[in-house]
Amino acid sequence: MPETKKELLLNPFFQRNPIALLVLGICSALAVTGSMDTALVMSICLTLVVAFSSLIISLIRHQIPNTVRIGMQITVIATLVILVDQILKAFFYDLAKQLSVYVGLIITNCIVMGRAEGFAMSHAPLKSFIDGLGNGLGYAFILMTVSFCRELLGSGTVFGYEVLPLVNNEGWYASNGLMVLPAGAFFLIALIIWALRTIYPDQQEKE
Amino acid sequence: MSHYLEILLTSLFMENMVLSFFLGMCTFLAISKKINAAAGLGCAVVLIQVITVPINNLIYQYLLKQNALTWAGLPGLDLTFLGLLIYIGVIAATVQILEMALDRFVPALYNTLGIFLPLLTVNCAILGASLFMVEREYTFGESVFYGIGSGGSFLLAVVALAGIREKMEYADPPAGLQGLGLTFITTGLMALAFMGLAGISL
Repeated sequence: MPETKKELLLNPFFQRNPIALLVLGICSALAVTGSMDTALVMSICLTLVVAFSSLIISLIRHQIPNTVRIGMQITVIATLVILVDQILKAFFYDLAKQLSVYVGLIITNCIVMGRAEGFAMSHAPLKSFIDGLGNGLGYAFILMTVSFCRELLGSGTVFGYEVLPLVNNEGWYASNGLMVLPAGAFFLIALIIWALRTIYPDQQEKE
Repeated sequence: MSHYLEILLTSLFMENMVLSFFLGMCTFLAISKKINAAAGLGCAVVLIQVITVPINNLIYQYLLKQNALTWAGLPGLDLTFLGLLIYIGVIAATVQILEMALDRFVPALYNTLGIFLPLLTVNCAILGASLFMVEREYTFGESVFYGIGSGGSFLLAVVALAGIREKMEYADPPAGLQGLGLTFITTGLMALAFMGLAGISL
C-alpha cells in the first residue's frame, strides 16, 4: 500500500506504533523512563539515529551486497550511535552518566534495525528519512507518556519541577513508590497497549 | 572466591538482566510462548555471554583502554570511543562462528539452538552485558562469572515467563489485553517478585 509522505510521518504515532503494535525497542523504552529528562534525551538520540541511518542506508542500498547487508547496517548504525554518544559525553556529561549503557544500546534497538531492513533497503532516500523520523517520534511519544506518568506519580515532579507537593516536604501528595520501580513501567505500557487496541480493534491479537 | 560468587549471585537474582535492567525484552517477549523454545533460547544466551563478555574484556584491557597500547609503542592512546563498534562486531562474529561450529560438530545441539542464534546478535542483553562489564571495570576473572550470571538470569526469567504464559492460555482477558498486554502485566508482577530478592546481602 503506497503511503504519502504525511502518512509515513504520522502513522507510527497511533496506528503503527513501533512499541505498542510491533513490540520493537522495548528495552530502552522501559529503562530510561524513570525521569522525563533522560526520556527526552533518549527520544532525541533515537529519533536522530533512526532517521539518519535510514537515510544513509537508503542512499547506499544499491551498493550493499545482499549477503552482508546486516553487517553493513549494523556498522552504519553503530557509527551514528558512537557520534551521538560522544556528543552527549562532551556537552551533557551528567545526563550521559545517568543514561549509562542505554545510549550504546540504541545499536541493538530493534526499531533502528527494523526500519533499516524493512523500509530503507527498498525505498528512496527522502521517503526513508521521513519514515525513520516518524518511527523515532512514535517511539518518543510512548517514552514521554510513560515517563510523564512515572515522574508525576512517582515523585510528584515534571522535568524536575515540583507539581504535586510531597508529604515529605509538608505537601499533601503521598508518592506512589510503585511507579519508581521497574515494575511500574511494565504496567503503564500494558495500559497504553490496552487503550490503543481498544481504539483500533484491528490491532488485537486473535487466539 | 567469595567475591566471584557474589558477582555471580548478584547478576543472577538481584540485578536480573530482564526484570531489573529491561535488557533483551524483544526476544524475551517474542520467544516465551513455549517452555522448550524458551529454554533453548536461554541456553544459547548463556553460551554466547560466557564467550563474548570475557573476549570483550580482553579487548578492552589490552587494546582500547587508555594507555593500553603502551606495549605497541603507542602510550597515551585512548580508543574507548571505538568500543561500541568493536563489541558488536565481536558479538556478531562469535554468533556466526558458533553457528558454523555447532552445525559441523554437534548437529543435534544445532538443531535445537540453531534458529535462535542469529537472533542473538541484536539481543540487547548481550551487548548490555559487555557494556556493563566495561562500565564496572571488571577484571578477566570477574567478567567470566559476570557472563555466566547475566546469561543465567536471562535463562531464568524467560523460562519462568514461558511457564506462566502456557498456563495463561486458559485465561479469558478483555480483547485489548489479549497477548502482549497481558504478557506485560505478568512481567511486571514477576519484576515485583524479583524485587524481593534485592534485599539479600552477601
